[in-house]
Amino acid sequence: MKKDIFKVAGKSLKSRLIVGTGKYKNFSETAKAIKASGADMVTVAVRRVNILDKKKPILTDYLNPKKIILLPNTAGCFNSEDALRTLRLAREMGGWKLVKLEVLGDKKTLYPNMIETINSTKVLVKEGFKVMVYCTDDPLLAKKLEDAGASAIMPLASPIGSGLGLQNKVNISLIIKQSKIPVIVDAGIGTASDATIAMELGCDGVLINSAIANSKKPILMAKAFKDAVVSGRNSFLAGRMKINYFASESSPTKGLI
Amino acid sequence: MAKIQLNGKKILIKSNFSIQDLLNKYNLINKKIAIEHNGIIIPKINFKKKYLKNNDKIEIVHFIGGG
Repeated sequence: MKKDIFKVAGKSLKSRLIVGTGKYKNFSETAKAIKASGADMVTVAVRRVNILDKKKPILTDYLNPKKIILLPNTAGCFNSEDALRTLRLAREMGGWKLVKLEVLGDKKTLYPNMIETINSTKVLVKEGFKVMVYCTDDPLLAKKLEDAGASAIMPLASPIGSGLGLQNKVNISLIIKQSKIPVIVDAGIGTASDATIAMELGCDGVLINSAIANSKKPILMAKAFKDAVVSGRNSFLAGRMKINYFASESSPTKGLI
Repeated sequence: MAKIQLNGKKILIKSNFSIQDLLNKYNLINKKIAIEHNGIIIPKINFKKKYLKNNDKIEIVHFIGGG
């Protein structure tokens, strides 16, 4: 069988699970959860350095960018200008051209503002960035992002941090079927089986943060997601059986006494 | 002395203070950070030659946990 490699923006990843680094108790727990998840790519946010606390450790003291790909995001940005500013700073920090764009449109749902998102994608692509884009699960808009030069489409399963799981399997399937670039379900996954379902639909990967960090045992949950993603992918590659509406015996009737 | 705004806070620095000096003051040398000086990103190679003056606005950012 051909080796199943996950390629995104020219990088080959061993794991189809990408994890976030927010909401953990401390950096040590973050690092342990990432290790348990087996992810080779993690998202990070860009924020002001706390100048009043010179001695406090920082995230990059715990994550080795040589071993793990850091994917800077624009979480918290509600317009194109802020998102572009954030990613240009991220690139300056260490040559990060691969970024995750999210331009939010509503504080309550954290739904993306797709008009600003598409416009920002075009600007970033022109500047040489490779852009993975958080988006709604609208197939038409996903196609527009692909046409704008996005490196991956990251439709939401449900609102960020909600844990509601995959709410619109049909739309996600339509996006998967039409896309020539990787489709990574981002946001809203609640538990490991949700990730399996997303992978069974044929997603190229999933991005998880809250479902791991907000679980009772984040390190164990990270391992659960690792296995769930592998299971879902294998199940997708194996191809599910046809659905029948009546029973069909599993044991042969020949030789029945 | 010069008064500058660093990450939204007003601070006093000596005259002839460079961005490199500022990073030294806050133990940020060799950390993964990026700097904006009055809205313009300053490449690392210019940290030593970029001197700060009164009313300058500096932003120093780094990576934190995020999803």
